[in-house]
Amino acid sequence: MAEVEETLKRIQSQKGVQGIIIVNSEGIPVKSTLDNQSTVQYSALIHQLVMKARSTLRDIDPQNDLTFLRVRSKKNEIMIAPDKDYFLIVIQNPSA
Amino acid sequence: MAPKARKRSPSKGRGKGKGKGKGKGKASRPSTSLGYPEDIFPLVLTSATQELFNCRIDEDVTEKSPFKLLKKDDIIDDMKRRAAVSDFSPVKQTVLAYPEEEMLLVFDSNLTYGQFFYLVLTPESKDRILKSPEGEELLMADKRPQFWISLGSEKEIEEPIKETREKLRLKLRVDRAVQSKVCFSDRDCAESKDGHLECTSYEDSKFKIKKLLTDCGVQAVPMIQTNSCQTMRMVPKDTFTQYEPREFSTEEKETILKEQSLMNFCKAQIPRMLFALQQEEIINVFLDDWKALATGLEACDWSGQVSDTLVLHQVFTDQKFAKSKTISCLNWHPTIYGVIAVAMTKRHEELAEAVSSPPLIVFYSFSNPSSPQFLLECPDDILAFQFSPSNPNIIVGGCLNGQVLLWDISAHVTFIQATQPGSRRESINSDKFDLNDSRENIPIVRFCAVSALESSHKAPVTDVQWLPPTFEVTMMGLPVENKQKVSIQIITCSPDCTLRFWDVRLPAEFSNTPTESTPTVDHKTPMTTCSVPETFKHLDRTWKPMFRVSLSKIDTKGEYVPMKFSFENFITTTERDKEIKGTEALLDYSQLKIPASEKLKEMDNINTKFFVGTENGEIIYSDWKLESDDSGRPHSSKPFACFNSHHWLVNTVQRSPFFKDILLSTGGWNFAIWKEGVMDGPLVASQYFEQECTVGCWSLSRPAVFFIGKTDGSVEIWDLLKNSSEPLQLHPHISKSKITCMKACSFTAKQHFLAVADDLGVLRIFEIPKALYLPSRHESLSMKKYFDLEAESLKDYLKREEFWTKHKKEEEEHKTKLKKEPEKPETPPKEIHRLDLTEYSDDLILEEELLQDMGLWPIAVESER
Repeated sequence: MAEVEETLKRIQSQKGVQGIIIVNSEGIPVKSTLDNQSTVQYSALIHQLVMKARSTLRDIDPQNDLTFLRVRSKKNEIMIAPDKDYFLIVIQNPSA
Repeated sequence: MAPKARKRSPSKGRGKGKGKGKGKGKASRPSTSLGYPEDIFPLVLTSATQELFNCRIDEDVTEKSPFKLLKKDDIIDDMKRRAAVSDFSPVKQTVLAYPEEEMLLVFDSNLTYGQFFYLVLTPESKDRILKSPEGEELLMADKRPQFWISLGSEKEIEEPIKETREKLRLKLRVDRAVQSKVCFSDRDCAESKDGHLECTSYEDSKFKIKKLLTDCGVQAVPMIQTNSCQTMRMVPKDTFTQYEPREFSTEEKETILKEQSLMNFCKAQIPRMLFALQQEEIINVFLDDWKALATGLEACDWSGQVSDTLVLHQVFTDQKFAKSKTISCLNWHPTIYGVIAVAMTKRHEELAEAVSSPPLIVFYSFSNPSSPQFLLECPDDILAFQFSPSNPNIIVGGCLNGQVLLWDISAHVTFIQATQPGSRRESINSDKFDLNDSRENIPIVRFCAVSALESSHKAPVTDVQWLPPTFEVTMMGLPVENKQKVSIQIITCSPDCTLRFWDVRLPAEFSNTPTESTPTVDHKTPMTTCSVPETFKHLDRTWKPMFRVSLSKIDTKGEYVPMKFSFENFITTTERDKEIKGTEALLDYSQLKIPASEKLKEMDNINTKFFVGTENGEIIYSDWKLESDDSGRPHSSKPFACFNSHHWLVNTVQRSPFFKDILLSTGGWNFAIWKEGVMDGPLVASQYFEQECTVGCWSLSRPAVFFIGKTDGSVEIWDLLKNSSEPLQLHPHISKSKITCMKACSFTAKQHFLAVADDLGVLRIFEIPKALYLPSRHESLSMKKYFDLEAESLKDYLKREEFWTKHKKEEEEHKTKLKKEPEKPETPPKEIHRLDLTEYSDDLILEEELLQDMGLWPIAVESER
């Protein structure tokens, strides 16, 4: 658990990072640096997005799989690293 | 069965006698040995057989009609049925062989052949017998219907009456006394009852018609009708759902965090994430370079007529009203498109001359550039006026003699609105009249109320402004909540060194007096062409200010002389305000009373400080709240700061429409931009121009742009973001005389106008081009940054200045000290000299360092080192 903490700290120390969330495969947040409400909201919505993105890719080519997803918006950027069991969501504000 | 057969002795003789009796030449029949002829056979018929064949004696068959024709088939049937018992059995063969179908049975009552019946065996005999006259006669009844032979029955009886006997002739002799004529007449027998005997018909009571019941068939058929019906299948549909997100409890989370799979995941994914974050830091991957090149203005202007200078839209001038007059103040109508009000006043040089037309505020409209829409009458020249922000029909103005006036133009607003570009003016006839008449057609509105002379300003009112509808001010200057949400208070300033606060409502105590004292106001007006609205009758001539604020000088005695002021226009635009604006017109000012200050809620977030520009070119920052000093009397506090930035009278102090704390002030030969809160000085102070800056005005759509008017009649457009030392555009000699007033206005997003008024009484409207009203990218952000930077640099500069002066002083001191040194004989000179030298060199080094820091160290000396 300490390892996890340590790596999360590394990410947190990067410039502009607003929050980190680790979500399990069902969309339930496991660890987060944001407040509860935002965490829950992000994890539910992004989980759906990742499922959709993944299924899209695999429909096109079954050998393919999603490795990284970046959503750029006006205010910030959401980076998602999906895995078999979990995914890692990082919200960053690049201009800050 | 009781045989009824009666045996009668057959009478041969009769039979023969019959034959003989006929005497018709018939050959006598051959007789058999049996005693009867061969062609007949005497039969004995039992009663059963008689009944069967309908030849019962004395019923069917009689003496008179002894013949009966029997069908051969019936006889055969009978024989079959009863076989030997049948009466016809002895003649069985003959019957079978009989050629014809019918056999004759004759009833013989005389028993001629020994039996009652005998059957004729041959058809010839049958015919013979039947055709004998006896037979014929007796068969009359059995005769088949023959064709009707006319015996004369169809003929009409011609002779209804047939005499049966000869008419009897009777001769009667009547012995009468008088041998008169005899007259016979007819007599109806029905007349008298004796004449006839009648058998009348009568209802036989015994006669009854028996009613019999007959069966009648009835069938009930059901009426069938097809009908259909459909029910709406109610599909249960969720209309609301409420859900909660699934979450892990803390224990679960901890267990998960300890799992190996999570470790693996982190190990795998975190480097990726770090890489992405790093990428982000290096370069903005998603930046669209092409788009970033755009400067914010539309690159493709296909209108073709792009100009980035001010374009003259309209010029308003009127010979009658504007002759030898100057415009002292101008205002756009806040709501009606294209209507501007200008205040015409006498020029300074021409005070002594008699002026043709009285002081007026003239309303111009875009739709009619040749003549004004209507005029507002004033008792004296107006130097400043303003439309009420909540009700544009109320106008407050300040006079040359220090009085404050109120107008209500709600009666004439429809008149102006009718002359909007969309509607046709029906007064085409006015062209036929000459100018004098058209002048009289212009309505003139008289002022509603004027302040009491004693309590007005003692000097001309130079600036007047309404307080916004969000708050009002108590007698002590405290801002409190404004229940009516309507602008009801006015601030005026005047060179008599005071600012006065006025309220449009009556104070609570004076509820009864005003209405009686001012009924005669209306009748004194020769020029009025319409009645005075009574909106502010309660104030007329008795209007007093609530309180006044004086501006005493900070350091010395005396007071500042305010010319223009500006306060923070605190407006909260909530939904409720917008609604209430619609109902504003129904407000009756005379009914409003100033509420007791305790009842109202104090608003803390209103900024009660304001800036004042004075006659001497100073900018004062002060607070209007009154403080009560030791004696308990309220007096105004001393201003916080005073800046001497302009060298002559300040003619504009205006807040930026974008930033609440940025002000533009013009006066003398320069202009300055101030920030509230920065007490050290102006953020931007421009250079001194050749021409005086007579008026300044912020652009309404671009935070960095403002307009400056000069004495030579030119207008400059400045853009602080582009260049803060030179104007962006210069429009020289727009007018021949100095620009007195300038105001910008935007009606729609595309139409921005700048109204420029000059000393000759001419009003020019310019259209602001797109380049000047479209804000550039992030302009307000940039401006904010700019101002912040400026503030910081100002602070920095001041600090440095302070430090530099201090240092200079120190140097001076040191120099004087040095000079004094050689006069001291006490310390040994060498030592002293060394000490001095070390001290001096230290100082020199220090000086060098400092100057290097400030960047003032001459570079030549540096290069030497």
